[in-house]
Amino acid sequence: MIQAAGPSARRISTLLAAVALVLSASGCAGGPGADSASGEVTSITALDYYTDASEHAQWSERLDACGKGAGVTVEHRSVPGASLVPKVLRQASSRTLPDLLMLDNPDLQQIAQTGALTPLDRYGIGSGGFAKGILSAGTYRGKVYGLAPTVSTIALFYNKDMLSRAGVAVPRTWEELKAAAARLTRPGRYGMAVDANATFEGTWQFLPFLWSNGGDERHLDTPQAAQALQLWVDLVRSGSMSRSVLNWTQADVHDQFVAGRTAMMVNGPWRTSEMNKLKDLHWGVAPIPVRRSGQTLVTPLGGEVWTVPQNASKARQAKAARVLACLNDSAHMLALARQNFTVPSRPAVASRYAEQVPSMAAFVGSVERARARTGELGVSWPKAATGIYTAVQAALTGEQTPREALGHAQRIATAS
Amino acid sequence: MRSGSRRLPDRIARWGFLVPALGYLLLFFGYPIARNIAMSFQRYTATTFYTGAAPFAGLRNYADIVSSDQFPKLLLTTALFTAGSLAGQFVLGLALALFFHRRFPLGGVLRSLLLLPWLLPLVASGTTWRWMLDTDTGVVNRALRDLHLVSTGVPWLTGTSQALVSVILVNVWVGIPFNATILYGGLQDIPAHLYEAARLDGAGRLASFRHITWPLLRPVTGVVLVLGVVYTAKVLDIILVVTGGGPADATQTLATRSYELSFQQFEFGRGAALGNILVLLSLAFALVHLRANRRALNA
Repeated sequence: MIQAAGPSARRISTLLAAVALVLSASGCAGGPGADSASGEVTSITALDYYTDASEHAQWSERLDACGKGAGVTVEHRSVPGASLVPKVLRQASSRTLPDLLMLDNPDLQQIAQTGALTPLDRYGIGSGGFAKGILSAGTYRGKVYGLAPTVSTIALFYNKDMLSRAGVAVPRTWEELKAAAARLTRPGRYGMAVDANATFEGTWQFLPFLWSNGGDERHLDTPQAAQALQLWVDLVRSGSMSRSVLNWTQADVHDQFVAGRTAMMVNGPWRTSEMNKLKDLHWGVAPIPVRRSGQTLVTPLGGEVWTVPQNASKARQAKAARVLACLNDSAHMLALARQNFTVPSRPAVASRYAEQVPSMAAFVGSVERARARTGELGVSWPKAATGIYTAVQAALTGEQTPREALGHAQRIATAS
Repeated sequence: MRSGSRRLPDRIARWGFLVPALGYLLLFFGYPIARNIAMSFQRYTATTFYTGAAPFAGLRNYADIVSSDQFPKLLLTTALFTAGSLAGQFVLGLALALFFHRRFPLGGVLRSLLLLPWLLPLVASGTTWRWMLDTDTGVVNRALRDLHLVSTGVPWLTGTSQALVSVILVNVWVGIPFNATILYGGLQDIPAHLYEAARLDGAGRLASFRHITWPLLRPVTGVVLVLGVVYTAKVLDIILVVTGGGPADATQTLATRSYELSFQQFEFGRGAALGNILVLLSLAFALVHLRANRRALNA
């Protein structure tokens, strides 16, 4: 978890870069000419968690293209998702932060709170035209610190063949979902699958059910929240959903779906290209069902924001900011969205995109109303998120009723 | 006093030999422990990494942890996990050690194969166990069903009472090689002529185990058990991979909770406090054992 992913040569070069940074920082400490030696910034560093080989290569290309425009080469490094924040914290304490840093959007406010990031208005980067949800995730104390070129959310995936064979329509309400899941369940196959893991990923999957029904992370002990949790409990109790959801990650849920062991699932668009490769799998995407028709679907907003960390060299920051602005312009946004099956974060670009890529239409529609996880609670979101997955686990195992479990969750969320 | 000047170089040399070991201990054990203790008295959060400011919090972190309604359950789970794992590992390890103590063809090969669980990376074997114990598709339930031992799948990882049993079973599997190896070494040290004499006296297998093997194996047993407690109480990777502390915190121990506090919620102060409590418990156990051992030797 603490090792960097790159080859050792790269590690050494970053080390040298870090040493150089420290030297330049200590050399110019206090002087007004802090960036006197910066006229010739020719390369900057970028850090993200796109460790998947093809994804890493695609991002390297994109960063290079944007770097060229700013007159720098971009040294691109990726670390596994779980070790990104710990790595950033260590880099923050040793003052070796990269010039350009990607963060998962719910982590941004916490990192911004430490003081390690710089507000983007300092570089003249405006936030006009971006969807509100992603801006609220990138904002800390009224200032925008991070912008995401593309965003994503979760939706209901279904196996077209299984549904048509069972004569089941795509469910739009919870009652329909329960009925459909029950009819789709047979030996060796479940009707429905979600990720109810005891992690933030489990919380993320529960949010559309909680939010669309009027539940709120500030008050978890409400009847609306209990109804949402009851739905998951009913699905497991009736045998339409495996008890193993308690232990499944989103990747496991995807594997179950691809293997034909579940007819429907809640998941994101990240593995679309993989699913497209499977000729025998005919799948569709629909918005996640709501309790009763007429309710508005509210899903959690996913996506990674790019930031410019604190740095001794103003010139490097300026270059990094130019690359960041380039990543977030309409053309790159669209290209990134097509590559990764995500949604452009400017609604104007997104609507054009929905016409071009029909399989993404359900996501484009949901993303418009998607809410950032840190939008309301900011830096205390992790506590509420812990409360939520604890409640989901307690209710699905039958340890507590949904009402009791959510009462407990509220105590976790508000504990000092 | 009489040969002070002659003994000075000696003394320097003696210290010189000690310095590398002392330096190593101070740097790699002393410093982290001191740092961890200091951290547990601070409000050490994510912000501290950048600003370096960690306000002194006194006993607040410890008070928060001990007074939380989760704490008694954490202690109980840790105790059950440790006791269960230890009992299983020790009994099976001893049985295997006794078995391999007898000479038979391929005994050496089999004995070295026994080390396999120890050689595999824990994350890899943990993931495999997770698949094997899956309720619907796991090979364990499949085998039980085919043998008509159960009709519906056992929720090995998703039942609140079964999950703890499952992680204990996995940990027993991981710990058997260690126990078997050390106990096997202990058995080798018992002089063979004692068994011959016992046989001449007409003692059966059971009697010679009770009156020769068991008493003479006691010092080794003590070491194995103390190390076992220390190794087991701090187990993190197996639980994280197999159940992630779930379902509904059923397999959450002091170690996993400490990890969660520090590295998921970034409450390093509280995580450190919980870690220190775990260290203290292990230390207390080791001291009690050393004491008992010394008394046994003196008696």
